[in-house]
Amino acid sequence: MVQYLLMKIFRALVTVTLIVSAAFVVLRLSGDPAIIILGPEAPPEAFEAFRRNWGLDQPIWVQYFKYFAAVFQGDLGNSMRDGRSALVVVGERIPLTLAITLPALFIKLAIGLPAGVMAALYRNTWVDRLIMMLSVAGFTVPSFVLGLVLAMIFAVWLGWLPSGGSDTWAHAVLPTVTMGLVGAAVIARFTRSAMLEVLGQPYIRTASAKGLLWRDVVRNHALPNAAIPTLTIIGFLVGSLVAGAVVVESVFSWPGVGRLLVNAVANRDLAVVQVILLLVGLTMVGANLAVDILYGIVDPRLRIKRLQAGS
Amino acid sequence: MTIDTTPDLEPASPTHASGSVFTSKSRLRAFFEAWPPLVLIALFWVGVIAVVVVGAKWIAPYDFMALDLRARLIPPVFMGGDWTHPLGTDELGRDVLSRLIVSIQISMVIAFLSTLIAAIVGVSLGFIAAYFRGRIEQVILMLIDAQAAMPFMIIALAVLAFLGSSLFLFTILMGFYGWERIARISRGLAISANERGYATAVRDLGATPFRIYSRHILPNIASTLIVSLTLNFPEVILLESGLSFLGLGVQPPMTSLGNMVGYGRDYIQSAPWIMLAPSAAIVLTTLSISILGDWMRDKFDPTLD
Repeated sequence: MVQYLLMKIFRALVTVTLIVSAAFVVLRLSGDPAIIILGPEAPPEAFEAFRRNWGLDQPIWVQYFKYFAAVFQGDLGNSMRDGRSALVVVGERIPLTLAITLPALFIKLAIGLPAGVMAALYRNTWVDRLIMMLSVAGFTVPSFVLGLVLAMIFAVWLGWLPSGGSDTWAHAVLPTVTMGLVGAAVIARFTRSAMLEVLGQPYIRTASAKGLLWRDVVRNHALPNAAIPTLTIIGFLVGSLVAGAVVVESVFSWPGVGRLLVNAVANRDLAVVQVILLLVGLTMVGANLAVDILYGIVDPRLRIKRLQAGS
Repeated sequence: MTIDTTPDLEPASPTHASGSVFTSKSRLRAFFEAWPPLVLIALFWVGVIAVVVVGAKWIAPYDFMALDLRARLIPPVFMGGDWTHPLGTDELGRDVLSRLIVSIQISMVIAFLSTLIAAIVGVSLGFIAAYFRGRIEQVILMLIDAQAAMPFMIIALAVLAFLGSSLFLFTILMGFYGWERIARISRGLAISANERGYATAVRDLGATPFRIYSRHILPNIASTLIVSLTLNFPEVILLESGLSFLGLGVQPPMTSLGNMVGYGRDYIQSAPWIMLAPSAAIVLTTLSISILGDWMRDKFDPTLD
């Protein structure tokens, strides 16, 4: 178990290193930072001074290590638009994003999990077909189209809810519901296939054959086993809480991290983009690591391995 | 005597089926069982899209950029307009139908080229991993994991921020969507194909690894790959239209489906048709291709998910 954990932590660290390195490479690829920041018409002395100040005259590997050190000290530069620390600029948007992504996650799970389980239990009946049809629709309708259609119905025609902004809780309803519905489709489909996989296993047949009620077979044998693969997709959803709302936030003018990212990309505010990239990378890696640790706790096969290793 | 030699006693003729244990299907029913109606509709729509993509230049009734300020915000036929502009016009008097046709063309061409790039990158890396095994395989698997761990939308946005957007760069960027899934599938398939007799046979005959992989293994695993590429295609359309909707993908004066929706959003109250026409095109197209992909998967390779 310890070995399993150490390996997972090592993998997570490698992935973080890859993400930071990728950010460094792309940053360098995008051209001479001196020209981008000072403009091509700046005097040559200014370029010299800039390069010396930022260590750009040093060999690339020295720059690489310096970049790494700076990232781990939280020194990620300033936003080019308002001059404040990029970390602060991004940080103050995070609560706003979580305010819609957390309830959306709840909707996704509350609709998606039972729908997927039902579809699997009633495979090839009208229940299954209906759920899968809705799920495929959820996959193929882009979130901005769903968002705009919902806005058209509930904001423009019915006038029940505001179509954009973030002043009251009512403003959060449409973006949350949009994200929740799209995500529920993904979870339903995934849960269904995980559940079908489990229901085809010999131990389910054994459990039924020894006379257990079907209800008990499902509750005690099928659901716990289907929960294991489903954890992975939930981990992915938790990891994308911070930046999973790029499109929806833009549709409803919700001032969260996603909208900040879109504006930063449009204005080429590289420091902010980089902070968001690293933030997303870290949350994804963290969520994946948490899922791996949970696997170790939930999955009896890994638990047994630990016992054998201990004996 | 077997029934094969006496064709005149054929029991399965539809008119005399009542006394026989053989149940006969009508030809029509057999046809619809092989080709479910939903699949036929999807196929028909994909056909329409293919015609539009190839013949956009001839089908579009107007130049998609032509302004006509005297004919602004004309509603489509079914909302009180007339047949001069079947889907109405936008705020600058541009014909929505013509813009839609050109948008479909551009979106589909980008999605097609991108899927092609993803296929080439994915299959190459998958085969390299399968051939070399060992450390090279580990590195490729690590890249696959890293890619799978990051939402592609965020990566795409970061690259667009750093490198700026041109149609060429944008298409290449979209081409990196989904490579990791294709690489994983082709690696697995190539490893198991390697154990088969035909691969051993051509290897013993002295074929080079490149020849074995390109001429023998690739054709044998092609059906599975084509199914997974078909399922990748609508996702690329959604990604492209999402980025273009945000104004970070295809740039005006060029137009794409997402672009049109993004523009139409501002007229959602006064002229909803500007937004609804491209939205419907996106949904119908991705839905049709998904239905075809699922159907092909069930038919050719039920193991894939």
